[in-house]
Amino acid sequence: MSNQKNRVPAVEGWFVADGEAALLGSQCNECSSYFFPKETFFCRNPACRGSEFKEVALSQRGKLWSYTNNNYPPPKPYMAPDPFVPYIVAAVELDKEKMVVLGQVVSGVEIADLKVGMEMQLVLDRLYEDDENEYIVWKWKPVTEGN
Amino acid sequence: MANDVASLGAAMHPWGKWGRNFVEYGVQAANDALDDAGLAWKDIQLIAGGETVRNGYPGFVSGAAFAQALGWTGVPVVSSYGACASGTQALATARAHILAGMCDVALVVGADAAPKGFFAPTGAGNKADPDWLRFHLLGATNPIYFGLWARRRMDLYGATQSDFAKVKVKNSRHGLENPNARYKKEVTEEAILSSALVSDPLHLLDICATSDGGAAIVLSSMEYARKLSTDPVRIRAISTVTPQYPSDVIEMPNFATDSAHSVPSPDTSFRDSIAGNAYEEAGLGPEDMSMAEVYDLSTALELDWYENIGLCKPGEAEKLLNDGDTTIGGRVPVNPSGGLSCFGEAIPAQAIAQVCELTWQIRGQAGARQVEGATAGVTANQGLFGHGSSVIVSK
Ligand SMILES: [Zn+2]
Repeated sequence: MSNQKNRVPAVEGWFVADGEAALLGSQCNECSSYFFPKETFFCRNPACRGSEFKEVALSQRGKLWSYTNNNYPPPKPYMAPDPFVPYIVAAVELDKEKMVVLGQVVSGVEIADLKVGMEMQLVLDRLYEDDENEYIVWKWKPVTEGN
Repeated sequence: MANDVASLGAAMHPWGKWGRNFVEYGVQAANDALDDAGLAWKDIQLIAGGETVRNGYPGFVSGAAFAQALGWTGVPVVSSYGACASGTQALATARAHILAGMCDVALVVGADAAPKGFFAPTGAGNKADPDWLRFHLLGATNPIYFGLWARRRMDLYGATQSDFAKVKVKNSRHGLENPNARYKKEVTEEAILSSALVSDPLHLLDICATSDGGAAIVLSSMEYARKLSTDPVRIRAISTVTPQYPSDVIEMPNFATDSAHSVPSPDTSFRDSIAGNAYEEAGLGPEDMSMAEVYDLSTALELDWYENIGLCKPGEAEKLLNDGDTTIGGRVPVNPSGGLSCFGEAIPAQAIAQVCELTWQIRGQAGARQVEGATAGVTANQGLFGHGSSVIVSK
């Protein structure tokens, strides 16, 4: 059997890569606005001059805003497997943060399984792999009975 | 009106895949626009270039590249980049010079030689570049965003893939007799629905291609124009608005929208504000428009624009389409040129091309695709990272 590969986040500092999945955003110390990916230099609220932020884990659940898929391999830097595996991309609205965040949907889910307004849950999953590493990213998964 | 300028000359280099340098397309469009205006290059007091950043060094200096090719005259130059809104940025800059009295007549040119296939990011390996990251982490191609917007119409308003296909059927008919269009072929609903499903619900033929092409407008003060023409077509308004915080629709190339947690979403969405701002400046409304040229990256997106430019209420675009209102001969034809559907994207040229079409329509020179009695029209367009683009043209 093959050796266990290292699980490496596909991008540093955007999400909690061990244990329970959570996106890491930032929140302005002055006006409490949320940002993802993290804003760290200046607050984008035009009425706020805040420049200090705390790192915050964003809500792990939200409502499906829309969804689509890609049936053909996109150009690099997407690391498409060969043979290519189509994937779904979902836009999910976080209730508390009142923002929509994109993510791929875990495999095994079909377009026909989805509907705008559905409850979705953040999970960690493999994005691609090479000889040594498995690169991990956040993905969305429909909330069904029992999860 | 105080802010009016004249669209004195209009011309395009036909769209296609010609395999030549973008400067050639721009120069031909420029010379034809000068002929159309009855002017010579030496008469031009400002050259404004719409540029693209994908085509390497010459693309970064488009205004000067066109000026050098036309022959240096010492004329002042501006070069504008606003992705798909680059052309409007160039028009707006030229207009501002004219309205400020800094010049009487300007030449605005945009041209592109597009790469093959899907647009791919250029910031190779730059992990701070959101355009690179969205491909790497999500595989979020441009059609992914188009697919998200299209699917939302289906789930919210009951739109169907057949509705989307009918937009393409309409536009393919509009473009049939347009000498500048790349695709001059009638497309059936069956052909669209049986083409490859790229990003569900959108098929290959729902999504616009990328093309080579060029467009140019000679812009002048009304006073200057009246010396050359008894009834010059007027540019009534140019909108180059950005979104208002928090912008709550997911847009290319972003991973997330702004958060409406601390500040409520604005009353007017970004896309509604694009033409809305132009209407306000012109003192006109959607009801005054004889036609519209909108940015149909996808068939479904054309339907969104019907609502965003005020032709109907949200959720009513499919009815407007199916009633024939937006077909030539209908109440307010949309994309009488055939739109990006028949042209494909030639990024720095397309917003200028929309103004060419409205200019010809208002002069009554649009031939077989003429909108009868056209007196006014609106364009809508949007460039990556929040460049709004809308122009109102009238008699
Ligand atoms: Zn703030």
